[in-house]
Amino acid sequence: MKVDEATVHRIARLARIKVTAEEARGLEKELTGILDWVKMLDEVDTRNVEPMTRVVPIVLRQRIDTVTDGEIARDVTANAPKVEDHFFVVPKVVE
Amino acid sequence: MSKTELTKLTLTEARDGLRKKSFTAVELTAAFNDAIAAGNGGLNAYVLPTPEHALAQARQSDQRLAAGKAGALEGLPLGIKDLYATKGVRTTACSKILGDFTPTYESTVTQNLWDAGAVMLGKLNNDEFAMGSSNETSCFGNVINPWRRKAVSGALSNDKLVPGGSSGGSSAAVAADMCLAATATDTGGSIRQPAALTGTVGIKPTYGRCSRWGIVAFASSLDQAGPIAKTTRDAAILLKAMASPDPKDSTCVDTPVPDYEAEIGKSLKGLRVGVPKEYRIEGMSAEIEVLWQKGIAWLKAAGATIHDISLPHTKYALPAYYIVAPAECSSNLARYDGVRYGLRVPGRDVTETYENTRAAGFGKEVRRRILIGTYVLSAGYYDAYYLKAQKVRSLIKNDFDQAWAKVDCILTPTTPSPAFAAGEKSGDPLAMYLEDIFTVTVNMAGLPGISVPAGLSSQGTPLGLQLIGKPFDEGTLFRAGQAIEDAAGRFPVPVKWWA
Repeated sequence: MKVDEATVHRIARLARIKVTAEEARGLEKELTGILDWVKMLDEVDTRNVEPMTRVVPIVLRQRIDTVTDGEIARDVTANAPKVEDHFFVVPKVVE
Repeated sequence: MSKTELTKLTLTEARDGLRKKSFTAVELTAAFNDAIAAGNGGLNAYVLPTPEHALAQARQSDQRLAAGKAGALEGLPLGIKDLYATKGVRTTACSKILGDFTPTYESTVTQNLWDAGAVMLGKLNNDEFAMGSSNETSCFGNVINPWRRKAVSGALSNDKLVPGGSSGGSSAAVAADMCLAATATDTGGSIRQPAALTGTVGIKPTYGRCSRWGIVAFASSLDQAGPIAKTTRDAAILLKAMASPDPKDSTCVDTPVPDYEAEIGKSLKGLRVGVPKEYRIEGMSAEIEVLWQKGIAWLKAAGATIHDISLPHTKYALPAYYIVAPAECSSNLARYDGVRYGLRVPGRDVTETYENTRAAGFGKEVRRRILIGTYVLSAGYYDAYYLKAQKVRSLIKNDFDQAWAKVDCILTPTTPSPAFAAGEKSGDPLAMYLEDIFTVTVNMAGLPGISVPAGLSSQGTPLGLQLIGKPFDEGTLFRAGQAIEDAAGRFPVPVKWWA
């Protein structure tokens, strides 16, 4: 599986990570190497195998659908880089 | 008792000494605070020592000890991996992207420790977001292994060895007597491999035994919390206190936590131990094979029977892991967007702000794994990679399920080689990934695994043996682990060169 420079840029865009042209060239090689290696899995016949979804066969626990906390806006925003009146401040999204 | 003597105690000895009033929790804690102040510059095991916080907790412990209200870990000073959210104490996962993040809440596992009376000495270094096997990806720099290898001349070399990873701060601090024991986490071997490389004991319990709530997430279907300690008994005491049911983590099981310490010293008579032929890999050093044979002989002498078994899909565990773990990491780490916490690097618009923040905040290995994960989950590739890997994972689990019909636990080496020097493997991601070849199967199948120190390499550095158990049968691992410890002895660091 060859990952070309355009693919690196497309993936980086999807992952919202800025990569420079130089980084993209290095990643091309590294990602190709890793993806070639994992291709080893093609040897395994998985035609009648179910994908693993959980480690132990437990029934997912449920709780009563009630509010268990709240009124903690100060806690929620305490670590934000930019806050105004308990709101997260971001660059303008809608023109 | 001198301060050095206090820090050399095992957790069990310290617990018993406090109960007998041979020393106080404040004296014990002060001894560790001093050891950290003197030694951390040389090893970089702690990213944030919290000496005042520790002394305040120790004073309260002394009051409870005096009042006869001591908890199971009363007054015992521990190190906490920086992946555990600690209320009011900076928690970074050793990533620049979390900056000075200071949680307003406490992880369930650490809360359990404080409820049992434990004392926090500080936050321990780890690979960034637990992604690494050598503690070379932390934004706070490398941790140095307190062990040194012998040069050909026989003299100790000054090479800086890695302490393993990702829980390298935990393993180094325990080996260097800079805490009685430490918390750690294990996604592909991050407790057991560092334990093996430092002569300490580390156990990854069954998936679901410890709550993951409040632990920075890497790969949610693989991550588990566990302890690194000086002895098997210490690890048993600590795991009992860390584990609990937790309504805040729906993957955490409700079953009661057994008394693991009661397993220590029980006979191995009738225990069936499996030896899987697929773990005899090409390129494995001869001394690892010798160590493995010694382990087999020790368990046999202790009353166990040995059985050859086959786990045919073993070699596919590592490539499957390097699909599943990056896929889950790319999803989990999407939350670091520069809006709600941590670093923000502004851009022209919100998208560029995300891109700049994540490029500046994540280190190289973390970016690499996010990109791999994004690729394998992207449109058109999901079935070929992620779904395929999850199917292979079923086959790996199936191998173990079949083995359990014949054996009660499985003995393997923990790592294919002893501790290496910083920089020796960091240039080649695939060489680094091979560090986890014997440990990663256990995470893929969700099973418990313990690493116990079992001998020294020809370079004079520690090697570990791994025992793998049935789901929620940690008790058997402690029992068999103790038998190895009894036969092999303990492996304290021979020369204290760092302080």
